[in-house]
Amino acid sequence: MKLGKLWAWSTFALCLAFFIVPLLGMTEFSLRMRRGVYSLDAYASVLNDPQFWQTFGYSVVLSLFTILLGMLIVVPTAYWVRLKLPHLRPLVEFITLLPLVIPSIVIVFGYIRMFNTSSFLPLLGTTIGTDVLLTCGYVIIALPFIYRAVDTGLRAIDIATLTEAAQSLGASWFTIIARVILPNVLVAVLSGAFITFAIVIGEYVLAALLDRPAFGPYLVWSGANKAYEPSALAVISFAITWGVLGLIQLISRFNSHTKAAR
Amino acid sequence: MPLFLRHLSLNWLGILPFMLFALLFLLLPTLNIVLGAFQTPDGHFTLSNLANLGQPRIIGAFWVSIKLSFASAIVGCLLGFGLAAAVTMAGLPAWLRGPLLTFSGVASNFAGVPLAFAFIATLGRVGILTVLLKSIGIDVYGTGFNLISFWGLVLVYTYFQIPLMVLIIVPALDGLKKEWREAAEILGATHLQYWRIVAFPILLPALLGTLALLFASAFGAIATATALTGSQLSIVPIVLFNQIRGDVLQDPQLGYAIAFGMIVVTALTNFLYLFLRGRSERWMKS
Repeated sequence: MKLGKLWAWSTFALCLAFFIVPLLGMTEFSLRMRRGVYSLDAYASVLNDPQFWQTFGYSVVLSLFTILLGMLIVVPTAYWVRLKLPHLRPLVEFITLLPLVIPSIVIVFGYIRMFNTSSFLPLLGTTIGTDVLLTCGYVIIALPFIYRAVDTGLRAIDIATLTEAAQSLGASWFTIIARVILPNVLVAVLSGAFITFAIVIGEYVLAALLDRPAFGPYLVWSGANKAYEPSALAVISFAITWGVLGLIQLISRFNSHTKAAR
Repeated sequence: MPLFLRHLSLNWLGILPFMLFALLFLLLPTLNIVLGAFQTPDGHFTLSNLANLGQPRIIGAFWVSIKLSFASAIVGCLLGFGLAAAVTMAGLPAWLRGPLLTFSGVASNFAGVPLAFAFIATLGRVGILTVLLKSIGIDVYGTGFNLISFWGLVLVYTYFQIPLMVLIIVPALDGLKKEWREAAEILGATHLQYWRIVAFPILLPALLGTLALLFASAFGAIATATALTGSQLSIVPIVLFNQIRGDVLQDPQLGYAIAFGMIVVTALTNFLYLFLRGRSERWMKS
């Protein structure tokens, strides 16, 4: 048993070092812009770059629309499948897992071919149309994560009883979903929303190939043209990811439903 | 019967928006590419696009991508399994478990461009670790190592592969029931025998399945490689990206064939994953 414990600790230490060293490396490098001393110059340079704010703002706005559209599609569907169409669950789950199977570069290639200016739905003809298409693409990419989060939330509550109770009180379908089901799975919805946010903020290939000024392509551009700013951007990105996913942990800890399911 | 029919059609309507959305933005675009791979520019059926995949440049890119994805999946799988086993069963303090899972959630999402920057700052030519090692007499680049080489990419990809493995395999390890170990010990099994004859066969489908998923996640990854190598390294997603961007003008139909090839590779590995996951969950239930 002594040997087992030694092995366990050394594996743990090795992995820990592997995880931490690059984080330290990027942090240290981001502070080295001024020769000889540590300074926050790289961060100042990033924060003073109007392109940073433009692309970041663009990605934030798009991620909000992605979350809205994704939830609008997923919540009623996951609810309905659980309540009325349990035999179709394998099919729906299979579809939601497909974006893990089909690389996103292939999906966006399909968009370019399918929604061009001479097609039945020429979304790529206008800027606003391209933004709509990009949002829909983000929903598809985030679909496996949104669906799983929402479905896990629905599993923890008794939707059949809640639905019957609401129906016997005369509630419409819209009222049931918006005022009975949604508040009960709010934590699951929020955790799905945060993961979606993290995915959209860092996404590169969709925005790059649809030629939209998102944060991901800006990161790549910065990496190719600057020295210290990319490290500062990496630190900022890591802080955002960490903050967003930390929020998920915090929220789910206050949630009694997921606790009951465990 | 009319009543039954009406109910049936109403129920179907409930998932119609989802189905239409998936059809329009996932299934049809993919189908479009697949069909494109079998068509000439004016729409006739042909196999010549696929035949063009046979040129050395494309074959080479596929081969590098497959090797890269497989190597990073194997390394991630082994280290991730070791880490998960160390935390779940080998007697590390229980309080480590929560933070490790949280960190894994963050690290598996910390892929893409920033990850490449982190490694350039650490192991690039002027990275902190490179400089540090040089000062104590170890010249990393002198040994032939290069961050933008095959093994450099494997190293970088491993960074999100290990946490992904931990996230998937910890529940499977938790599913190993105490009773099984006790039963094996009562029957006189040694530690090694328990692992070889009881635990490993139960975990095998989950392990192989996760391997397939890690493979696919590396195979489709493009942002990290682009930020790291500036779209020089010839891996399939970068070749396809350049083809779409029009840097390579010689054959527009070739793009569809490359994309089709990517779908075939990831589909094969992922169907294996779904199939094996289904099998392992039968053991994990209740």
